[in-house]
Amino acid sequence: MMSKLQGPRGLTRRQLLKRIGTAAGASVMYRSMSALGHSNESSYAGPVNLGAAPADTRVLVLGAGLAGLVAAYELRRAGYQVDVLEYNDRVGGRSWTLRGGDEYTELGGFRQRCEFDEGQYLNPGPWRIPYHHHAMLDYAKRFNVPLEPFTQINFNAYLHSQQAFAGKPQHFRHVQADYSGHVAELLSKATNQGQLDDAIGIEDKEKLLESLRHCGMLNKDLRYGVSNRVSRTRGYDVDPGGGLMPAPLNSTPIALDDLLQSGLWKYLASDLDYEVNPSMFQPVGGMDRIATAIHREIAPSVHFGAKVIAIDQDDRGVTVRYVDSKGGGAPKSMLAAWCVCTIPLSILAKIELQVGEKMLAAIQAPSYSASVKIGLQFKRRFWEDDDRIYGGITYTDLPIQKIGYPNHGMNQGGKGVLLGAYVWGANAFEFTSMSPQDRVRKAVELGALIHPQYRREFENGIAVAWHRAPFAQGCAALWTDAMRERHYENLCAIDGRIVLAGEHASYLPAWQEGAVLSSLDAIRRLHRRIVSHA
Amino acid sequence: MFICRLSGNRSLVACCVLLMMAVPALSARAEEPPPFSPLSPASASKPGPFIHSDGATIYRAVCQGCHMPDARGARGAGEYPALAADARLASAAFPAARVLGGWLGMPRFADMLSDAQIADVVNYVRTNFGNRYPDRLCAGDVARIRTTVQSGGEK
Repeated sequence: MMSKLQGPRGLTRRQLLKRIGTAAGASVMYRSMSALGHSNESSYAGPVNLGAAPADTRVLVLGAGLAGLVAAYELRRAGYQVDVLEYNDRVGGRSWTLRGGDEYTELGGFRQRCEFDEGQYLNPGPWRIPYHHHAMLDYAKRFNVPLEPFTQINFNAYLHSQQAFAGKPQHFRHVQADYSGHVAELLSKATNQGQLDDAIGIEDKEKLLESLRHCGMLNKDLRYGVSNRVSRTRGYDVDPGGGLMPAPLNSTPIALDDLLQSGLWKYLASDLDYEVNPSMFQPVGGMDRIATAIHREIAPSVHFGAKVIAIDQDDRGVTVRYVDSKGGGAPKSMLAAWCVCTIPLSILAKIELQVGEKMLAAIQAPSYSASVKIGLQFKRRFWEDDDRIYGGITYTDLPIQKIGYPNHGMNQGGKGVLLGAYVWGANAFEFTSMSPQDRVRKAVELGALIHPQYRREFENGIAVAWHRAPFAQGCAALWTDAMRERHYENLCAIDGRIVLAGEHASYLPAWQEGAVLSSLDAIRRLHRRIVSHA
Repeated sequence: MFICRLSGNRSLVACCVLLMMAVPALSARAEEPPPFSPLSPASASKPGPFIHSDGATIYRAVCQGCHMPDARGARGAGEYPALAADARLASAAFPAARVLGGWLGMPRFADMLSDAQIADVVNYVRTNFGNRYPDRLCAGDVARIRTTVQSGGEK
């Protein structure tokens, strides 16, 4: 097998071993890090208790996304007088759900109406909550928002490359099992040939071989191939049945060189990322359930349709000028002693703001990432009925990049909404530059290369390109290490009477947990400042 | 030569009219969007650089996402600046530096567009949308600006 790999198309053995070393090293390191508890968990330590607010102290919160809602709710609970100004006529910000009948006009005036059926929805922003996002889970619990499992890894979903296997999508379970098996076989060969003798002692060598045989599903000759054991992991050509049905038929692994050249192995590692480890959750009925539940508790404080145009401060307080989001008109003013500003930096950078140079430079530093999500409604749930894919994600090198299968209403028949594209990078800019109708059309055209049923079953769709969102102008703040070094503390520090909060002021960019933790930390520090002032 | 900015619901027909008027090089029919760039083979999560090779196509594939098909920008809670009839484009180095380094939330494209691509799209914008700046930027100019943007340090 080794000699087969030495050719113009294949890798030399040296290159191959190097790759395996990298892959095996990473996964081994990952597991031991998790076992030792070194991975970072959310620093949430239970509900915040600010203590009592000084009498008649008014705080103005800008933005009613999760950061703003949490700030407003907790400050009110402490006894502050709170007003929230929100640009949209709904709460949630990027924590948002689109349902049938919703209308959405993006920048440039492109208007869409969501035509989904009752019970169908798209979360165009955040769509999942990892088990280690303790603050999000706690707010869901405290506000009685029911959650259901979000399937991240589905072993029957697909990995797809246009170039590999003549464009035929491969089941995750096949790629996963065969990669492990082939690598284990090669590593056992290298071990037996004494090539790892410098790296490993004789006793460990035996344990290593034992582990490779066990984890790599190798036979007694340390080979990976057709066997009962292997089919138990990767699945069968004929599944086990009953009675006089045909006997189970073992499946045949993908050849090593085909697998390596396909590049599909690169998707295996992404689902192991800590941030998307199971268990994950989604609110029943849509992500906006959490924001709307918090809003119910503080509804009188929230003022919709308010576009902030200037934020001023002096020794005595903060003055925010705003106009009607739709009509414009004469500016109105709102005064408060303090201000928690959760407006995304992409927007805030363009608003007149009275803060010091350091905070201004920090606000101007991050750019915003491009991302696009497209929801597609189909007449029937063919991914379940035909393809037996219930929840989870298919990964592809097509510009749609991912297909997300709905995690609710499974096995009930009827219609369903797929996340037909979840796009980052160059393709996200390209999708953003299209009209919403073209985005949907392209998502259907490209998705049909994976699920041909698209062509017959597609009904309608809606596309959200985050750079065209009037209230966000981008998906999330894009920090580099150098940028954080220089600006992050200045962004988070209280400037006079103003403190910023949101995912942009966190180490969890683009995650709701980042917005909430940032908000809790900001109001804790602000409260201490206020109390020491009083 | 520019029609008023459309507000509210923009029909496909209006869109085409607008494209016709603003971009004489384009045909009257609504065109198929530019092709997609391939994903980088190196990483599943980091799609590769843009493939488009001429200024008009780069504008349609990338820039109009924010600056809009008519280059008149947009206003929501914040704003995207117009590039149409833009006096700030008098110096070609200015837009080139912005494209390379980003600014106020605008992504930096230094790693996603080549010097030649940036020169092409800057030349395109500076000679369309009501801009008439005859001097041309070449890839070598962008390469020089790139070093100043980079030596200016990461923001």
